[in-house]
Amino acid sequence: MSDPRAESHRPGDAAEVAAIVREAAAGAQPLEIVGGGTKRGYGRPAQTQASLSTELLTGITLYEPSEMVISARAGTPVAEVEAALEAENQRLVFEPPRLDSLYGSAGEPTVGALAAMNLSGPARVHSGAARDSLIGVAFVNGKGELIRSGGRVMKNVTGYDLAKLQAGALGTLGVLTEVTFKVLPKTETELTLQFEELDDARAVACLSAALRSPYEATGAAHLPAEGDRAARTIVRIEGFPGQMKHRGTMLAQALKAFGRPAELRDEKSRSLWRDVREVAPFLSGAETALWRASLPSTAAAAFVGSLPEGLVRRHVYDWGGALVWLETDPAGDAGAAAIRGALPGQGAHATLQRGPAELRARIDTFQPLPETLMRLNRGLKAAFDPAGILNPGRMHAGL
Amino acid sequence: MSLRMPDANPRVIARRDEIVAGLARIVGERWVISAEDELRPYETDGLTAYRQVPLAVVLPATTEEVSRVLTFLHEEGVKVIGRGAGTSLCGGSLPEADAVVVGVSRMSKVLDIDLDTRTVRVETGITNLAVTGAVDHLGFFYAPDPSSQLACTIAGNLAMNSGGAHCLKYGVTTNNVLGMTCVLMDGTVIELGGQGLDMAGYDLLGLMIGSEGQFAITTEATLRILPKAEGARPVLLGFPTSSDAGACVAKIIASGLVPVAIEFMDEPAIRICEDFAQAGYPLDVGAMLIVEVEGAPGEIDEQIAKITRVAKDAGVVHVREAKTPAEAAAIWKGRKSAFGAMGRISDYVCMDGTIPTTRLPEVLVRISEICESHGLGVANIFHAGDGNLHPLILYDINDPDQLHRAEVAGAEVLKLCVEVGGCLTGEHGVGVEKRDLMREQFTEEDLRQQVAIKDLFDPQWLLNPAKVFPLDVRDAA
Repeated sequence: MSDPRAESHRPGDAAEVAAIVREAAAGAQPLEIVGGGTKRGYGRPAQTQASLSTELLTGITLYEPSEMVISARAGTPVAEVEAALEAENQRLVFEPPRLDSLYGSAGEPTVGALAAMNLSGPARVHSGAARDSLIGVAFVNGKGELIRSGGRVMKNVTGYDLAKLQAGALGTLGVLTEVTFKVLPKTETELTLQFEELDDARAVACLSAALRSPYEATGAAHLPAEGDRAARTIVRIEGFPGQMKHRGTMLAQALKAFGRPAELRDEKSRSLWRDVREVAPFLSGAETALWRASLPSTAAAAFVGSLPEGLVRRHVYDWGGALVWLETDPAGDAGAAAIRGALPGQGAHATLQRGPAELRARIDTFQPLPETLMRLNRGLKAAFDPAGILNPGRMHAGL
Repeated sequence: MSLRMPDANPRVIARRDEIVAGLARIVGERWVISAEDELRPYETDGLTAYRQVPLAVVLPATTEEVSRVLTFLHEEGVKVIGRGAGTSLCGGSLPEADAVVVGVSRMSKVLDIDLDTRTVRVETGITNLAVTGAVDHLGFFYAPDPSSQLACTIAGNLAMNSGGAHCLKYGVTTNNVLGMTCVLMDGTVIELGGQGLDMAGYDLLGLMIGSEGQFAITTEATLRILPKAEGARPVLLGFPTSSDAGACVAKIIASGLVPVAIEFMDEPAIRICEDFAQAGYPLDVGAMLIVEVEGAPGEIDEQIAKITRVAKDAGVVHVREAKTPAEAAAIWKGRKSAFGAMGRISDYVCMDGTIPTTRLPEVLVRISEICESHGLGVANIFHAGDGNLHPLILYDINDPDQLHRAEVAGAEVLKLCVEVGGCLTGEHGVGVEKRDLMREQFTEEDLRQQVAIKDLFDPQWLLNPAKVFPLDVRDAA
């Protein structure tokens, strides 16, 4: 007989998920919750031997283009959902990153992981995060009960919003079995204005000015100079062709203090934003530490500037500066104390997005929370997973 | 009255004077209301069929005072009902005889406006419209726009996760909040989120918003504000029947356009609003849509042309495009005054279910059948783009039997919404009104999971307790 502690469960439907979790809860047997397995390098290393994979929970269960809503079982590849949407000229508006390249992993990212990680791309600054599009979830809690919250309609305030709570909880509050996203029509075309040679502070000011304008910038990022490549500050707008002509001209006019931008269209624009979305500048540094800092955009440049000389190898600003990627040496605490110490408060936080497993186990991968909030986080964990068996310690120690 | 509220706790009632004195020591006597006649305005909210004078009302001026008030009431074991402007249509702020109402109306300041992060920091007693009012001259606005926006407060909007007419493009309250300062029942002050775009740990912001005042009293919030579009223009489309109009909504969305708003009115609603607002609505159609698009003038022309083409395919018989701001305002005036206009001719209960928009034509037919079977009239006004229905079931408040029948018909309509794949409430909240219908939408496990969260934030169930869940759920959990 195989060792039950090392068992790898592959349930075929939600009822089987519930049965497995019930049994695990009864035996106080922790489970690692796995989707496509492409982002196991995120978060604190799993402290479990047994795993529960959603790989057989696949398939789109509802897609009504005229209602702008799609539901799929949690193990459905994101690519399958995106292809179905593409066929109807629609899209997930939060521009989900894949991040498989970042983690050098094989396999297909799943929609369950999109929700569980609250993964959002550059469009987040305009169109909201994954959690804003996530309007319904079904999940199995740590007691092995199948729970539903939200649904297929975009306006729904019936009962507490457990979908938001599951978004970003990394499977520690439940095994997602089905997720429902609202979607939007695809935009016909996009245009990127690219400014060069701005320093970080000017660049963030440029991005703020773009986002303050009425032309609906759907991407606002800054890629600092690297080697002989000049710094690039990029702003994206989307819409139908006539709109792009008008908005492109007006936006360039509104930003004229920052120079004359180059105009990037079609695939040139798309591939640039794909790189920002997949954090391409950092793909070559598998052995380094990659931090993701969330903070008020206005504090971003000063935050980076205040970090000790030599700590940061490379950095990139997205979301108008509200998201900063920082690459550091993985030695010691990989800069955790310096980075967190330099954050401006006001809810700002830094997460180790990628790093050696040994480092992720040793330091606080996620920003330590104030005790009042940690107490509520622990209480929520207990309310959903009293036996503490779902991805224990994957997010914060004790959750 | 068909909804039961818990019996008052005689021990609390007997200690009324001590409780009032304790509150006065915290906020000053002037800000504690305890005289019967002065308590009257607080006995009900927008769900006027239910009334109960509270033990007392306290009006703190700061987060710190709210914290001290809650600490005191927590120690005394006294229930607390949070109150913004008292516009809830579901009885979300209905008092109980042994509860103290904590009102945030004195806390209405704008604390900070930051255009670079596109945020405002406000005290939550500010009205929804005043937030936009504070940034309008800077070319910005706050997107969620419930019909009651002139009166309703951000505190209430946060508690109910309020929506409005423009959600199709801009989302609801929860999509437009970055930070909150909340006071838990034991007086603990917590800071959630901030000016950044996401928060550390579990998404407590997302959980808190829409929790109907059962987890905390929120005293400050950081809200996203958006740059105003270059322009906006509505077009009015009239159709022979409600079904035709409903079908057109689906076709507009399928065409790839996302208007900022698609509002629906049926024939009884059109007639009543036109009588009231003289908006120039067509009186010879079965239903009409108000579709609004945004952008520069050229962009608007292009979008309206496309919508008009789609509408022609859907059998539109009346098209009126607003050519001037005055015409645009007239088109919206009728819609925005709809509930008031309706109130002049009849009492009504306003339902708030949401349905999948593809089921719109059949649901409209069944709603009229339900109301007819109870001998009641109905007018339909709603946000069609997102399927959020507001059937107004008309009755005479002086006839208890009619009120009863209206409530029964309303419950049947909401059950129908759930049956076709929608939900009980799209933007008003559960409150007391839909409390006893929750089992239509949720299983016992679902409800127990939600109740477990209530137990965490408020173990003694002192905060807005007799709302959201059927009264027996807590005992079963």
